[in-house]
Amino acid sequence: MRVSLSWLREHVQLPADLTPGDLEQALVDLGLEVESVVDLGATVTGSLVVGQVLDIEELTGFKKPIRFCRVDVGAANGTGEPQEIVCGARNFAPGDRVVVILPGGVLPGGFAIGARKTYGRNSNGMICSAMELGLGDDHSGIIVLPADTPARPGDDARAVVGLDDVVVEIEITPDRGYAMSVRGIARELSHALGVPFHDPGLLPAPGATAEPAYPVEVQDTVGCDRFAARMVRGVDPTAPTPGWMQQRLTVAGIRSISLPVDITNYVMLELGQPMHAFDADRLTGPLVVRRATAGEKLTTLDGVTRELVAEDMVICDDSGPISLAAVMGGQTSEVVAGTVNVLFEAAHWDPVMVGRTARRHKLFSEAAKRWERGVDPALPLVAIERAVQLLTTHGGGTAGTEILDLDHVRPNTPVSLPVDLPARRIGVAYPPERVVALLEAVGCTVTTGPDRLAEDPGSVGVAAAAAAGPVDAAATGGGTALVVTPPSWRPDLTDPADLVEEVARLDGYNEVPSVLPVAPPGRGLTAGQRRHRSVARALAEQGYVEVLAYPFVSPELPDLLGLPADDPRRSAVRLANPLADTEPLMRTSLLGPLLGVLKRNLGRGQRDLALYEIGTVFHPRAGAGTPPVMGVDRRPTDAEFAAADATVPDQPRHVAVVLAGDIEPGGWWGAGRAAGWADAVEAARVVLAAAGLSADRVAVRSAGYAPWHPGRCAEILVDGAVVGHAGELHPAVVSSLELPRRTSAMELNLDAVPAAATVPAPDISGFPPALIDVALVVDADTPAADVQRALVDGAGDLLEAVRLFDVYASAQLGEGRKSLAYKLTFRAPDRTLTVEEAVAARDAAVAEAAARLGATLRGA
Amino acid sequence: MSYRNDPYDPKQVALLDQSALDDAVAEAGKAFAAAADLDALAALRHQHLGDRAPVSLARREIGALPPAAKADAGKRVNEARRLIESAFAARSEVLEQERAERVLVEERVDVTVPYDRRPRGARHPLTSLMEQISDLFVAMGYEVAEGPEVELEWTNFDALNIPADHPARGLMDTFHVAAPDGTAEGSGLVLRTHTSPVQARTMLTRTPPIYVVCPGRVYRTDELDATHTPVFHQVEGLVVDKGITMAHLRGTLDHFARAMFGAGARTRWRPHYFPFTEPSAEFDVWFPEHRDGPRWVEWGGCGMVNPRVLRACGIDPEVYSGFAFGMGIERTLMFRNGVSDMRHMVEGDVRFTRAFGVEA
Repeated sequence: MRVSLSWLREHVQLPADLTPGDLEQALVDLGLEVESVVDLGATVTGSLVVGQVLDIEELTGFKKPIRFCRVDVGAANGTGEPQEIVCGARNFAPGDRVVVILPGGVLPGGFAIGARKTYGRNSNGMICSAMELGLGDDHSGIIVLPADTPARPGDDARAVVGLDDVVVEIEITPDRGYAMSVRGIARELSHALGVPFHDPGLLPAPGATAEPAYPVEVQDTVGCDRFAARMVRGVDPTAPTPGWMQQRLTVAGIRSISLPVDITNYVMLELGQPMHAFDADRLTGPLVVRRATAGEKLTTLDGVTRELVAEDMVICDDSGPISLAAVMGGQTSEVVAGTVNVLFEAAHWDPVMVGRTARRHKLFSEAAKRWERGVDPALPLVAIERAVQLLTTHGGGTAGTEILDLDHVRPNTPVSLPVDLPARRIGVAYPPERVVALLEAVGCTVTTGPDRLAEDPGSVGVAAAAAAGPVDAAATGGGTALVVTPPSWRPDLTDPADLVEEVARLDGYNEVPSVLPVAPPGRGLTAGQRRHRSVARALAEQGYVEVLAYPFVSPELPDLLGLPADDPRRSAVRLANPLADTEPLMRTSLLGPLLGVLKRNLGRGQRDLALYEIGTVFHPRAGAGTPPVMGVDRRPTDAEFAAADATVPDQPRHVAVVLAGDIEPGGWWGAGRAAGWADAVEAARVVLAAAGLSADRVAVRSAGYAPWHPGRCAEILVDGAVVGHAGELHPAVVSSLELPRRTSAMELNLDAVPAAATVPAPDISGFPPALIDVALVVDADTPAADVQRALVDGAGDLLEAVRLFDVYASAQLGEGRKSLAYKLTFRAPDRTLTVEEAVAARDAAVAEAAARLGATLRGA
Repeated sequence: MSYRNDPYDPKQVALLDQSALDDAVAEAGKAFAAAADLDALAALRHQHLGDRAPVSLARREIGALPPAAKADAGKRVNEARRLIESAFAARSEVLEQERAERVLVEERVDVTVPYDRRPRGARHPLTSLMEQISDLFVAMGYEVAEGPEVELEWTNFDALNIPADHPARGLMDTFHVAAPDGTAEGSGLVLRTHTSPVQARTMLTRTPPIYVVCPGRVYRTDELDATHTPVFHQVEGLVVDKGITMAHLRGTLDHFARAMFGAGARTRWRPHYFPFTEPSAEFDVWFPEHRDGPRWVEWGGCGMVNPRVLRACGIDPEVYSGFAFGMGIERTLMFRNGVSDMRHMVEGDVRFTRAFGVEA
């Protein structure tokens, strides 16, 4: 909300020397978020004067019509001669008074004005629009001063257009509807600065009369618990909106439309009560306030025809809906140029209904914003009185004597507040009389109650308030409960905690001391959390760069990855309102988004890339249905929560890497080494080692699994269970995703990796080892892992280590054969091995490989 | 010397003549000194100390001497040999020293050539920062709590005192999960808009005292631009215990600020509104190291846990009270490290991430 300081000063006695900085600090300390405080007087420098247009010469031959004007600026230009100015606007005529900035002046934004030649003429200054002066968004034409403006050519124009003011823009939180008004902000400032406040809500207003101002029937008093109306007849339809009112609307960002409509907006800004002005002559028959019937149509003031649903509230006449209640009026009954009989309406609507209607129709009007935050239900008659006074003063006409007021408002429920609760919650020893004084300052009625009641919203009835007597501050003490009735404009004060906040806020949040609580001894990170970190660090130290990719993917991704039709990864969580319609799904694998980041880096000129991500993937629970409805008045039972939780998708944490280009770059030392399937497999081993798993629990097996190359894909097993895959991507995938050749990848389900066991400490032998090399010839498709397993099993306990150091194939070995060369290290814990012992163990190892896999010793 | 005039055959003992021995020593010393390198020196060893060397031949003659002369001759020959050997050793040492020095010169390389054979990897600064914050609270006795990113509306909103039609839901533009029938409404699931549902789950499953910190990824339907991202990270803290006050909240935040930003850091509160806390505040931190000069920086939100939230999560608000606070990690990194554009943190460009190494 944008509001000028001069308007606030009408209702709160702000110190004359209040600086914009002081004002901002006061508002911030109250919890009113200040977007900006602008001293308008400082935004325009140089001569800004009133000018009167003497004559206009229309210039033609340019892209748009241009006017060459001679403007009387009095003696302001030092010569008294008319000022010659070129102007592109057309909304003025000779005789109009306008606002002129003379050469040497500077407009907001540092826009310096000089004398210059343009459109073939000399232009000495500029005629200004409201937007150019920083007064609003109106740039449809220049400012033409209203006829009644008491200003002469050459006068300083700042005061005339309101540039001698300070404008504050405040962001209002959802609980503080009352602060969306001059009334509310002025009240708050009176608290902060300790200065008197004159409540415009206390304007004496006559009550309902027996005869209604207009026949109205409210059929739904839940949606509309108050409806007031009054007629003004015989208004001068040509009466303009006074300049001061236009300025204040402009500052607030509201366009001036007509006097009656401007008045409703002005009253809304001043009091916070949204209103509506009907042209009484365009109404046919009585007004009915009711829920809409589904499918009913209404064309609102913004020209949009809206289809209504049964929850919307409408105001109807005999023609059907004429207003989308509380949100926006309709076209058929709005005040028009010839309107002479005006029916003012001020009502009170259900904030939940308004919020839902506004969201449904995406219509967040100024009125709707106030309604959903809460409007003071005590205001309708005051607002109508204020509007009627303004209209009859500035537009003539006669106020009708009949006043309608259909009032079903229920008073605010008193809240029981243990008087020591603010101190117990805040940690500041507020004396009881201070608590009472602060609550009364915000408008609450405070009495002492019976014994302490439960801190339970709604548990305190009106009866408690009725039983209470007036407050004797001296008598209130620890354990005593106050019965606090919030003022009508504070529907947000429903719980003791709300009142605690008011006490703390008005006393000052920055009075709260700093005390560090001592937590009970903790258990540190969980094993899983430590593992997560260890894996992340290990990959980074291996040269991988961490990525946090968006998890949104397209429905085409499974096809691009070549996933089989029945692959479970095709079943994805779908968003109802995705950011991009092309990516409505949540990832079921880290690879899609991670490859996207790989491509982005390639596109930016990187060639050699090793990326990793640790993150969750999302698998819908088949047949889970929707969670049961659970209230919030109590904890759900374990069974209820378990049932709800069972609908939440499975979200295991995965780790993935992708590799392209060289993993070791070339250089003066020699050629680089291209990344490939083996690096991806090694990344899996790095992850599992970092997860604390000993190598003997990890196995690697050839597999066929999309999106990997069927001949270059490994499945990674821990304790015999598959936890992920690694290898080179399928050439078709590389092609369809336009990736570099041989792009490789690894993905593991970290949550499927079992916890690390306590490591049994090895015994270290000090005796010398016996080293023996063996080269075994096997079929080319025999997995090296199987050969190694056979050697280990056959060699027995004396084998300390086995290492594959060469893989070799040649015609000499024969078609379909390969040679695997191993270095075997034998060692005994208690003695130096003899050659015979080592050879016997070697022979046993080879025999086992021969028995299992048909391996033969090379050259044997 | 005292035997000089003893009667023995001068011809036979010529090699044992003292002057001959002196000559042999002098000649060897001269030859060794002339040896230019260790190989040349080694070649001289045979000539001056080998079987046919003068001192070796002289030793053979001793046997022919009269017994009375043997001791004297032996002493003199041994002395001559000792002198030659020590000359050899001295020269050898000099030459070895020279060779060692020459090797150091000859093996000189250009150590400035790059050797980046294994490019370094990096951790994302957002994860490093979340870990740093988590560690700080773990050191204070807190535990790290985690929860799902696709979350129940109930834990994301209802349990946190944000009923279905509350305007606060409108403030957090929410990704909704489509119901199985494809409709927008009614799945009961959302992408969590904050990490606060982890607090709700913690309160549902643990009994006070509760001291937890909840780092994690959250979602809101903002388009990516220089200051917004639909996917971002938060860290929240939650304490529920007997007698917890807003003063404890301030103490915790002040400690946190000092640990993150140095002894000069402190916090400032502004009253604010959050449905899940009452009273609520936004807090700023005084950040002396800001790239545009020392200043207050908006950092996060905080407050006392709303008794309605405690009740919905099964904690008796008559017995326990609590505080909660949270802040955006992207925002923290932006001002702490002077990140100029949100997109740098989300696009995964390795040039950005590598700058932070393994510890941001």
